[in-house]
Amino acid sequence: MDYTAISPAERAAMLARVGLDRVDDLFVDVPPEALLAEPLPIEGNWSEIDLSAAMDALAQQNTSARDYVCFAGGGIYDHYRPAFIDHVLRRSEFFTAYTPYQPEVSQGTLQAIWEYQTGISELTGLPVANASMYDGATALVEAAFMALRVRRRRRRVLASATLGEEKLATLRTYGAAGQMELEIIAADRHLTDADALVDALAATEGGESDIAAVLLPYPNYCGIIEDVKPLIDAAHAVGALAVLDTTPILLGLLKRPGNLGADVAVGEGQPLGNAMSFGGPGLGYFACSEQCLRQMPGRLVGRTVDVDGQVGYVLTLATREQHIRREKATSNICSNHALNALTAGLYLAGVGTEGLRGIAADCCAKARYLRDGLLATDLFTEYPGLEQLPFGYEFALKYAGPATVGQLRARLFDQGWLAGIELPDDVDGAGLLLAVTERRTVAEIDDFISAVVAQSEVISHV
Amino acid sequence: MSEPVIYDLSAPGKGVVTPPASPLPPLDVQAAFGSYAETDERARPHLPQVSEVEIMRHYTHLSAMNFGVDSGAYPLGSCTMKYNPRINEDACRLPGFAELHPAQPPTSAQGALRLMYELQTDLATASGFAATSLQPAAGAHGEYTALMVFRAALAARGEAKTRTVVLIPDTAHGTNPASVTMAGFTSKTIPSTEEGLVDVQALKAALGPDVAAFMLTNPNTVGIFDPQILEMTAAVHEAGAYAYCDGANFNAILGVVRPGDLGFDALHINLHKTFSTPHGGGGPGAGPICVTEELADFLPGPVVERVLAEGNTAAAGYRFVNPPRSIGRVRSWYGNFGVMVRAWVYIRALGAAGLRKVGQQAVLSANYLRVLLEGVFEVAYNRICMHEFVLSGAPFAKAYGVHTLDIAKRLLDFGFHPPTIYFPLIVEEAMMFEPTETEPLASLDALASALLSIAQEAETNPELLHSAPHSTPVRRLDEAGAARDPQLRWTNTTEVA
Repeated sequence: MDYTAISPAERAAMLARVGLDRVDDLFVDVPPEALLAEPLPIEGNWSEIDLSAAMDALAQQNTSARDYVCFAGGGIYDHYRPAFIDHVLRRSEFFTAYTPYQPEVSQGTLQAIWEYQTGISELTGLPVANASMYDGATALVEAAFMALRVRRRRRRVLASATLGEEKLATLRTYGAAGQMELEIIAADRHLTDADALVDALAATEGGESDIAAVLLPYPNYCGIIEDVKPLIDAAHAVGALAVLDTTPILLGLLKRPGNLGADVAVGEGQPLGNAMSFGGPGLGYFACSEQCLRQMPGRLVGRTVDVDGQVGYVLTLATREQHIRREKATSNICSNHALNALTAGLYLAGVGTEGLRGIAADCCAKARYLRDGLLATDLFTEYPGLEQLPFGYEFALKYAGPATVGQLRARLFDQGWLAGIELPDDVDGAGLLLAVTERRTVAEIDDFISAVVAQSEVISHV
Repeated sequence: MSEPVIYDLSAPGKGVVTPPASPLPPLDVQAAFGSYAETDERARPHLPQVSEVEIMRHYTHLSAMNFGVDSGAYPLGSCTMKYNPRINEDACRLPGFAELHPAQPPTSAQGALRLMYELQTDLATASGFAATSLQPAAGAHGEYTALMVFRAALAARGEAKTRTVVLIPDTAHGTNPASVTMAGFTSKTIPSTEEGLVDVQALKAALGPDVAAFMLTNPNTVGIFDPQILEMTAAVHEAGAYAYCDGANFNAILGVVRPGDLGFDALHINLHKTFSTPHGGGGPGAGPICVTEELADFLPGPVVERVLAEGNTAAAGYRFVNPPRSIGRVRSWYGNFGVMVRAWVYIRALGAAGLRKVGQQAVLSANYLRVLLEGVFEVAYNRICMHEFVLSGAPFAKAYGVHTLDIAKRLLDFGFHPPTIYFPLIVEEAMMFEPTETEPLASLDALASALLSIAQEAETNPELLHSAPHSTPVRRLDEAGAARDPQLRWTNTTEVA
């Protein structure tokens, strides 16, 4: 089957109108030796019934978070998505449109994105937010590149290793192009090495600092809310921008990045109403202070009026962008994640101020309940140095039981539990990074703790 | 009438979502977060407190102010606004795809890995390459990724420091030079000939030991398949550089000719153009890249590999691996998986014959529309075109003071989305039309008829065009004012006052 809308007779008439005998004559410019002689070996031409059955079968080969109980995070969380969201997303006026180049017929997308920008600005406590980036990792990269433009003569970017390996790996790839001298400040037992960071900031050979930005996690990869305020101040003391990588749901409870003095806040926006979808597409949110406005990456929607004085919305400050500025653009980004940003805007409208606080508090309370319960089993201990430190709804515990973490996690998965993310065996030993969302019930948490105990016991007898 | 901002509908005590009742004691925020707890209510985020019915009406009103492919013809050049099949939308929402956590064991997501493996394979097959990375999130991200692959391959040859220049034709999309900068190269522009083709002599003159790559969109942005392609890629390789194909226009040649057979070393494919995944109002898309055998080891990871059972050719399973000399990560996790699901369904629906028909019909439809308009409109490089063609509004500007922008805005009154305008840069007052293969004949005829009427109006009533559109939810907007005094978010003006 196919989705063309032209009958064979119409096709013949169109060919005649163009003045050609055969469809092949349309491809006269293609070198004849390069033309495909044989059909491609690609399976298909299935009916919709076949397709539907095949998709069901393929989907059933996957165990989903509706089959297992999810205690994993790492940027992607099993939050509840209010039912109304997908009903809006299925409106094809939204999802079959493209970038709103013609604002007169794109007010829906434009106003929705403008409201999303407002929501992200509110969440982060920073005055401007763009229309979205691809994900949290690329938003962080873009923040580093933006800092190099805002602090034009500086080339160095300091990043705390506690941002987590995935984000560091992405930063390293982009850093390999040479514009940015990336310096990763090694972690001091799962925490930013504040002394090393302050030393690196202070070590300026004569004259002005060459550090454009300091990238810090809030919370870090292990869920810890590090003491970032003094580090933001230390960055500012040498004129560097402070960039915080954040978890959006927690911003309902925590001091907002802007209120802490951060210049830029970015993060993975999947938790804001987007499906986990095996890690993508989510979105990267990006907010910053006014001083960065003209150097921002990506699209921005602004409010204006039409010729009759009626309020309307347009893409604005486009002279930063690739289609105008080409090699001097602030970023190469063109398509962003508009539909995911629409989703995030819907989610923020759905939860509201009180709902967001309630959800965040519920996640955090349940995370504490799980953590206390696991510690009470004696199978887990706290990582040295992390005791008593504040955390959100994700936390790391060291496994002190009779198996490897990998064995335990595999056995638990077979029993229907996704026991978080495995933390590699470092000087402090291996452990689990566990996340608890508002979807988890106390009964599930109790059963999970029992399962951890039972499986550890089974393993010890193998 | 304009739609109120959702923040203006907010009132304390309203709201949709509340967390479930919990037997646990409420969180002591101060104890939990110490000095990082926000205790000042005024310093907290202020989000709308609205009811569900208000949200649904608000967004329904907003959707009614939008124009999508389902609303009517959307011939936006180089964007391939084809129909988005609905079964794709259902498939990606199946819990077995939408509710997968990326950290779950890959052995528990074999259906997903198989889908990714087959998509990797099918894209490589359709484009004539050896290997695919599904990581890039969009076309521009794919361009950047491929350039970083070139950089790594050059470094392996000890030439990364000397080969710093990337050559780009003057017809290229803006993302090409922007990606070049991001990947740490310098771009240099190659002019086009009067026929809208690459000036091959200029290209050959620019090729030297400092050139890392040549980026070409083929078919190009004036809708012509450059017949000099084999000569160009040979010259690029002779000079020790790589040839990159911007696959934005891949739809034109799908199933007819493969970029890998034309001497290209790498290509990105926009799944949201050629493979029918929705454009989403500006994403999410996906921009997988396909490369030659030589470059496969440098792809970003992870990629999916098929594991064969011992002594057997049947797949025993699928796993993620990082290519041995990978450039590393270009984003988080495995790519835009939800978009991949839709593309896989599309490919299985069409198969080899259906894919070939896509390219053929897309090109025929563009030529049909071009022929209906030639004579009245000036067609830039008027000849057999590929999936798109470019009109120049310059004669209307000279004769009647009616510009391309006016024609585009007037087209809105006729119920059509305008073409891409003022691009490519080498055509004065450009209008770039790409009807795609899914546009019905009656719709093509109606679009042409509307454009011919507008051409008459330009002569008889130019003011009607200058003041267009007349029938849209808002009329021409003050874009200069928006940029001069940026209002980028809602503010509670009453409170400020």
